[in-house]
Amino acid sequence: MAQHHNQTAQTLAVTANRLLDGEVVYFTAGGSWSEHFGDAAVVHNKDDGEALLQKAMPSVEALEIIGPYLFEVRELGDGAAPVSVRENIRMKGPTVRLDLGKQAERPRV
Amino acid sequence: MYRYDEFDHKIVTERVEQFRGQVARRLSGELSEDEFKPLRLMNGLYLQLHAYMLRVAVPYGTLSSKQLRQLAHIARKYDKGYAHFTTRQNVQYNWPRLADVPDILKDLADVEMHALQTSGNCIRNITTDPYAGVSADELEDPRPWAEILRQWSSLHPEFSFLPRKFKIAINGAKEDRAAILFHDIGIGMARGDNDEVGFRVYVGGGQGRTPMIAECIREFLPKADLLAYMEAILRVYNRFGRRDNLYKSRIKILVHQIGAEDMAKQVEVEFAAIQKQSDSLKVPQKEVDRILAYFAPKNYESLGEFAPETEEARLADEAFARWLDVNTADHKVPGYRIVNISTKPIGGIPGDMSADDMDAVADLADKFSFSELRVTHKQNLTFTDVRRKDLHALWKALDERGLASANISLITDQIACPGLDYCNLANTRSIPIAQEISQRFEDADLQRRIGRLHINISGCINACGHHHVGHIGILGVDKKGVEYYQVGLGGSSDNNGSIGKIVGPAFARNEIVDAIGTIVDTYLDQRVDGEEFLDTYRRIGLQPFKETLYDTAQH
Ligand code: HEM
Ligand code: SF4
Repeated sequence: MAQHHNQTAQTLAVTANRLLDGEVVYFTAGGSWSEHFGDAAVVHNKDDGEALLQKAMPSVEALEIIGPYLFEVRELGDGAAPVSVRENIRMKGPTVRLDLGKQAERPRV
Repeated sequence: MYRYDEFDHKIVTERVEQFRGQVARRLSGELSEDEFKPLRLMNGLYLQLHAYMLRVAVPYGTLSSKQLRQLAHIARKYDKGYAHFTTRQNVQYNWPRLADVPDILKDLADVEMHALQTSGNCIRNITTDPYAGVSADELEDPRPWAEILRQWSSLHPEFSFLPRKFKIAINGAKEDRAAILFHDIGIGMARGDNDEVGFRVYVGGGQGRTPMIAECIREFLPKADLLAYMEAILRVYNRFGRRDNLYKSRIKILVHQIGAEDMAKQVEVEFAAIQKQSDSLKVPQKEVDRILAYFAPKNYESLGEFAPETEEARLADEAFARWLDVNTADHKVPGYRIVNISTKPIGGIPGDMSADDMDAVADLADKFSFSELRVTHKQNLTFTDVRRKDLHALWKALDERGLASANISLITDQIACPGLDYCNLANTRSIPIAQEISQRFEDADLQRRIGRLHINISGCINACGHHHVGHIGILGVDKKGVEYYQVGLGGSSDNNGSIGKIVGPAFARNEIVDAIGTIVDTYLDQRVDGEEFLDTYRRIGLQPFKETLYDTAQH
């Protein structure tokens, strides 16, 4: 299912759900987790992607997150955006309830 | 109404405390996610896209007003002020925090509710006709039997680890409103010799990846033998069902492989063996009577069939007249009607209801329908016992809250699964498609001219949105990360069950609503007097729809 994973993707970031409340989080360059996609570390080839995912793994044991994985992003001018509809919805919240999810808390995403 | 007994109460309370311990051990790291996941699933807790999701069982779809108020309270206190009614007559919360779930389960237990058997490879919540016990076309109320089945299957050690999840539906009326042909076991009430009422038993129906219509393996089963016969089916399934392949492990695959006749034979052998062994599975009449008492007919007044105030209002108010025609159904007792409350206003999210609306509906149930309501498999709510003379007052109260959409079984009464807006498994969104179709067909007169037409939408092949049995079924498919929609025509989950046939290549997101428009236009062009969509489709087949869809669309 391409909504879940694209084998050939080169531009990548790592995401997971927070253990405590299931909130979508992104792995940052500083090695922490952020609720905001804008803070995500973005890498530009598969090997760097695997390395980033490995770096994120200890957070599972540390009870911060569950199910970390790589997903494809697209570089845009001065930022980046997830490629799949799925990751765009995870980034913002339900498209049918704009008053819920991250989009409700932070209008800028 | 059935209230669960001491025994249930003890088990449920124990399970809540047990789960509290499990959550604590998860949060302290004693349990890994791999260890915890099966435990949370056993308690109805999933992980979705944005958060956890908790599924609460509503046994055979019956809720008291008190329970509905508690559901509203939970939505407010622990969630985001709303809940979702599902096609399996359950309730889902989309935003609970893991640490709060034990408290939610405790609040549920306080009103005799729980989330057990809403997940996992066990016998799931048993579903039935939302009009059970009151409809004019019913042989007998199936709910006592749903309850007997529930008690037998609840936490039955032998059946907690089946090859796959297992769904049973039971219907007591002439019209099948429980989709019994699309369950692992479907039970219909039937009349045998000497007018004795018993059951007709079907096995091997289902939707999902491989949709199948159940086959009848027993024309008539005496009531007292129900549990022994069910146990026989499950033993055959447990013995032969394939555990090695998730997609082949449903009983429908087994029935398909060995054939209904052989299945019937195997079951009869087991059934005979069980009967010989002991009488322990014979349902004792005393037990039946005890449970029947819970479902005793309500304290109905003797009223005339005619209510002048309602007739006057009908003539004076067109919107009320339409609602009366479309949303209410015949009751077995004179002077009463069954009232459906649509959760699908134009452009709304099918099945979602705010906590405030839930409270309002609970108050109306107190006032107008013996403090009880049902959740339907079309994701609507039903008041089963409304006095005819109260209909206008009820309608006015509902209308004030925007809950009087007169669209039951019409084109805007769609089933839609949560899809990619919430669901972790989704290929595509479902809800926005339903919303746009609803807006396109907003015109009430147009809806009535189109007549009975069920549009069902699923965001992936798991078919939670029943797309296989929609008169028009829409299935979300993924093409390289982009949403596409495949359309099937001619499905039906009623007495003449059928599985929809795919009309042609899938439509893009910006084409799908127009495609539905074309299908409806084609039907309106082609239909002859008195036909509903399904009649026209069954008469003319796929071809005329293919022509209008693919000649006009750019493919
Ligand atoms: C949102 C979270 C949900 C998840 C993760 C989920 C998951 C699944 C899965 C994996 C299946 C396929 C099982 C199989 O083929 O054996 C399934 C089937 C089904 N689900 Fe869901 N579902 C969800 C929500 C819902 C909702 C909201 C409804 C009702 C509106 C629903 C009703 C059903 C039904 C009726 C089936 C078909 C059962 C059959 O095969 O006969 N589900 N679900
Ligand atoms: S049909 Fe698929 S997308 Fe829809 S709720 Fe079920 S699993 Fe999710």
